[in-house]
Amino acid sequence: MQKIWLVIKREYLTRVRNKTFILSTILLPLFFIGFIAASTYFSVKSVDKHTIAVTDNNGSFKNSFHSDDVITYEFDSSITPDNYKSKGYSALLNIPEVYTDNIDSITLISDKQLGVVAEEKIKEQINTAIRNKAFLDKNIDKKILDSINNVDEEKLYKFSPIVVKGNVKAQSNSGLAYGIGFGCGILIYITLFIYGAAVMRGVMEEKMNRIAEVIISSVKPFQLMVGKIVGIAAVGLTQLLIWVGLIILLSSVASLIAGHDIMNNAQAMNNQVNQNGNASMAMGILSAQKTFAQANWSLIIPCFIFYFLGGYLFYASLFAAVGSVVNEDPQEAQSLMLPITMPIILSFIIMTTAAAKPDAPVSVWASIIPFSSSIVMMARIPAGGVPVWQLALSMVSLIAGFILTTMLAAKIYRTGILMYGKKVTFKEMGKWLFRKS
Amino acid sequence: MTILELQNLKKYYASQKAVDDISFTIEKGSVFGLLGPNGAGKTTLLRMITGIFYPDSGNILFEGKKFNALNDIINIGYMPEERGLYKKMKIGEQALYLAQLKGLSRKIALEKIKEWFVKFEMQSWWNKKVEDLSKGMSQKLQFVTTVLHEPKLLILDEPFSGLDPVNSNLIKEEIFKLAKNGTTVIFSTHRMEQVEEICDHIILVNKGTKILDGSVKQIKQDCKENKFKVGFETVPDIQHNDLFDVVEQNSDSAIIKLQEAIKPKQVLQYLIGQNADIISFNEILPSLNDIFISKVENTKLSRQFETVN
Repeated sequence: MQKIWLVIKREYLTRVRNKTFILSTILLPLFFIGFIAASTYFSVKSVDKHTIAVTDNNGSFKNSFHSDDVITYEFDSSITPDNYKSKGYSALLNIPEVYTDNIDSITLISDKQLGVVAEEKIKEQINTAIRNKAFLDKNIDKKILDSINNVDEEKLYKFSPIVVKGNVKAQSNSGLAYGIGFGCGILIYITLFIYGAAVMRGVMEEKMNRIAEVIISSVKPFQLMVGKIVGIAAVGLTQLLIWVGLIILLSSVASLIAGHDIMNNAQAMNNQVNQNGNASMAMGILSAQKTFAQANWSLIIPCFIFYFLGGYLFYASLFAAVGSVVNEDPQEAQSLMLPITMPIILSFIIMTTAAAKPDAPVSVWASIIPFSSSIVMMARIPAGGVPVWQLALSMVSLIAGFILTTMLAAKIYRTGILMYGKKVTFKEMGKWLFRKS
Repeated sequence: MTILELQNLKKYYASQKAVDDISFTIEKGSVFGLLGPNGAGKTTLLRMITGIFYPDSGNILFEGKKFNALNDIINIGYMPEERGLYKKMKIGEQALYLAQLKGLSRKIALEKIKEWFVKFEMQSWWNKKVEDLSKGMSQKLQFVTTVLHEPKLLILDEPFSGLDPVNSNLIKEEIFKLAKNGTTVIFSTHRMEQVEEICDHIILVNKGTKILDGSVKQIKQDCKENKFKVGFETVPDIQHNDLFDVVEQNSDSAIIKLQEAIKPKQVLQYLIGQNADIISFNEILPSLNDIFISKVENTKLSRQFETVN
């Protein structure tokens, strides 16, 4: 035990004192934020503004099409597919002349795709126009129709889904649950790779520096492996705690700065019909903060730590085993890692489903099987409603799983770490696994 | 007094009998040479003595008691052939870490490190990293970390590989000093000139079995071929006689090989009878190198894979 502790201490201290630790602790969240910001920016940006020429020879659509900030409609029957481009339109929407109850095909001609968002908007306009026409055809007064169309339904009611389980009532917020679940899943997925690879690199370093045998003459290979794994786990936890601390710090700073003015405004806005952009954003933040607080953090946080550690421990020893059999060639590491990375990537794919459908059979099973449970279960938990037996079974099997992988990996590690200059095949590793003593 | 005794040690791998029934004893305070060609099973043998591997069968007795890696490791210093250090770690911390892993307390480890660093003039290295050291320097550091805990048994596998003559001499001196102070040294190598210089007792292993065991002197006697070098003023005609064959002849000397049961005295008498002007008469003892080559020669150079069981 004394010796494992020495190994853990070394692994932890050399890493935490390293500049790359400090850099990655700061850069990873920045990268994350940057990634989200960039993808949001580009998805907004990619909605180009379009001016669309509409040829509607009936004239009955004219009053039903409303231009918005993305698409401007201009009715001009002189435009043809040949000249819309030269007149400065990005597309031509052609509504056929004669129709009865059904319109065959409304064609949208453009030289490049307008994008999903734009097409959806155009369809919405057409739907509205057709509905309006149907109303008018049934002799409904135009004024009445307009007043009906102007009703903003969202203002008339408050939608509050409630999940009732026995005596426990909880406000459900699927969007939030999805977000948290997805976030947790991704975080575990990324950390599995980061820290798993760190274990592998550490083992490879020891082997390539030829220090492995020196150490192993004082420490059992198992102690060295476990010491490394636990040491790096401690590094991971440290990093996680720093991030959590940063988030708490930043959000309290943010609410201190933004808090008084905008939030008060936003509260006031609740009573006013008028909405300007700034206030609606503040409202958004306010409601996000409110719903964020609704999430079942007392369950999510301990579970996250459990699955973070459990998933890491499950895979870390396998990464260590791979590191131990690699010789000088990094290419070799790539191909040997494949059997480990595949289930992790597969878990990630299942996780995207599980975040959206926490109770689908694939989500349930993948959240129990230890290969994928660390990633998938964290996507399910924020939605609530995971039965206790599933959670317990998942946790127990993850613990049993990592004990098993550690024991198996140790057998490969023990032989691999002292083997030089020989390319090890999977078949040989299999033999090492089943060798006694 | 024996410090280490190996009894019928066996270790088989899937494709090789790495160590096949080897026994020997090592006297306390001796410098023991473990010789053998590449792949003879030396490293496997050493790994069993250091507790890295368990033998398939046989016993290892350390100071008369069954070897227990957990407790006896503190008494063993092992410098493997494949050796190295953490490149990014500071030298002082690294030495401390390795000493603590052996089981020394932090306080004692620090004292010993300082002592050795002074001895090898390495005090200024403490906060440097291993990657800043030259190869010779890092070998020196490696040696220090191996002997730091004052092991009773010091095992050195090819300790001089990659060292220049100056540094090898420095380390050789230290080995001698340690041996004089009672440390037993196992010295594994295939560099024979070093063995002749350093070792009291050697064993030669090949293909997992022991083929020679004894003191250097004894082995040379056992393996001698009764060859003598005779120096003459002018070499007489000695080609034909019953006492010896002429192996090699120069203008002023000849190497002769005595027939079985012939004493040098008889040869000298014969030569004097021939009225030869003898200047010198020396026995030619084989060098360890010759013995090594002749013993290993008739086996295949590289070990073939074989099936066990």
